[in-house]
Amino acid sequence: MKLVTAIVKPFVLEDVKGALEQIGVLGMTVSEVQGYGRQKGHTEVYRGAEYSVDFVPKVRVEVVADDTLADKVVDAIVEAARTGKIGDGKVWVIPVESVIRVRTGERGTDAI
Amino acid sequence: MLDTGDTAWMLASSALVLLMTPGLALFYGGMVRSKTVLNMMMMSISALGLVGVLWVLYGYSVAFGNDVGGGLLGNPAEYAGLRGLFGGTYLATEGGPPVAVPLVGTIPATVFVAFQAMFAVITVALISGAVADRMRFGPWLLFAGLWATIVYFPVAHWVFAFNGVTAQTGGWIANNLKAIDFAGGTAVHINAGAAGLALALVLGKRRGWPREPMRPHNLTLVMIGAGLLWFGWFGFNAGSAVASNGVAGITFINTFVATGAAMLAWLLTERIRDGKPTSLGAASGLVAGLVAITPSCSSVSPLGAIAVGAIAGVLCALAVGLKFRFGYDDSLDVVGVHLVGGLAGTLLVGFFATTAAPAGVNGLFYGGGVNQLWRQAVGAAAVLVFSFVMSLILAFIVKAIMGLRVTDEEEATGVDETEHAETAYDFSTLHGIGGIGTPRPSAATNAAAEHVTAGKES
Repeated sequence: MKLVTAIVKPFVLEDVKGALEQIGVLGMTVSEVQGYGRQKGHTEVYRGAEYSVDFVPKVRVEVVADDTLADKVVDAIVEAARTGKIGDGKVWVIPVESVIRVRTGERGTDAI
Repeated sequence: MLDTGDTAWMLASSALVLLMTPGLALFYGGMVRSKTVLNMMMMSISALGLVGVLWVLYGYSVAFGNDVGGGLLGNPAEYAGLRGLFGGTYLATEGGPPVAVPLVGTIPATVFVAFQAMFAVITVALISGAVADRMRFGPWLLFAGLWATIVYFPVAHWVFAFNGVTAQTGGWIANNLKAIDFAGGTAVHINAGAAGLALALVLGKRRGWPREPMRPHNLTLVMIGAGLLWFGWFGFNAGSAVASNGVAGITFINTFVATGAAMLAWLLTERIRDGKPTSLGAASGLVAGLVAITPSCSSVSPLGAIAVGAIAGVLCALAVGLKFRFGYDDSLDVVGVHLVGGLAGTLLVGFFATTAAPAGVNGLFYGGGVNQLWRQAVGAAAVLVFSFVMSLILAFIVKAIMGLRVTDEEEATGVDETEHAETAYDFSTLHGIGGIGTPRPSAATNAAAEHVTAGKES
């Protein structure tokens, strides 16, 4: 099993969610995060005093997938999140040792 | 002779001016960071309680009692506890003796007391913007009480106590100097601005200022606060006519149009200097306009009011940068908006006053020469110097007695938590929204949740 983590622009979330549903992903976890990469932040001005916002708002999408599905998940996210402009984000994949469904106690791929 | 129309308007005006203090609490509260918003609002709200009580005990008497000499101070004992101001029986029975209610002009004296009480309150509250994020609450209250007593009550006497209105002899600026300050450019705004500067200097800068910029946490609160200030200011200025008449009319419309002009002028200044017109700029600009038209609304024409507002809008937009140049942490620009705006409005009377307006004086631009201008300058300078020096002394006294600042660690944590043991906003899943403190739903009432789960599973 794999954990696919994607940091993407907030306004692509709907597209990412739709693309994942298309390939049969049943669930995901989404969080509002802040950070910066090459895009950097922006500057705000309050009564003439500059305030630089270094961390820009992003959305983190996390999906646990079967090994066979993981590559398709990555492709779907990358395809749906791409605008071609700087700041589109990153996607990475790490191995997952075990997954347990809290309600039933099922383990492994059955729990996904 | 009591006039019911005047009395009704002054009762309404008093309530309007009261609303300015909670409005100021919102205006200031939105500009600080979220960890200090409650303390910021508490400094304003506490002034309502503290100064209100002092006003009834002796404040009104110091401001409006008979002068004890030189036009400097009213007799503190004369109306102590509002003695002699609420006499008579108010429930006149048919055929009973006539009701004797002490009057100020055409309104009951108690109504005038209430109206002026609100001025004392908001003047003290205005100071708090200079000391955001770092002052302990106890020392604030002590300073506020001392400052009202030693500085505001006497200065209100200088400026607002006219001979023969509340007492035979009044204050020196109103009666001897004859500077025109209709609703308090000197007594309220220059006074509070100079005090804010003095207190901020003694208190010291916030940790990290100005290296770390401190972003306003809620500009919607600032906008609501500015709106309430504008609304309440009609009571402040048009109510200062102490009558429901033409003077109230012209001061009302001047208060309206000068404020609009100042907002536009501030936005234009920002657009040219910073590239974008901001909502904080609109809110600040309109307050700057309100400040500047306060002393001048009875002496200028509506076109003059537009000029006064526009000039004040530009001046204040530039003046808020002074603290960075000179290195004093006047956190929310009490100096830049109230001291500079108050000075602008007070001095501009000397230029734009016209005999066509109720005050009946011509300024420099209307052929009156510099006669009124120097009176305005002397009045403004006297209040500025007196307030600044006395505020410095009072700040040092309070510092010696109980200290002024929170510790560095308390400041980093935020004074809401360390001074008041409260948090302004709780939107977190852990605490506010169904986390800790929320009882676990029983199995029987959990049907809805199960239904959702089942739907996703199938």
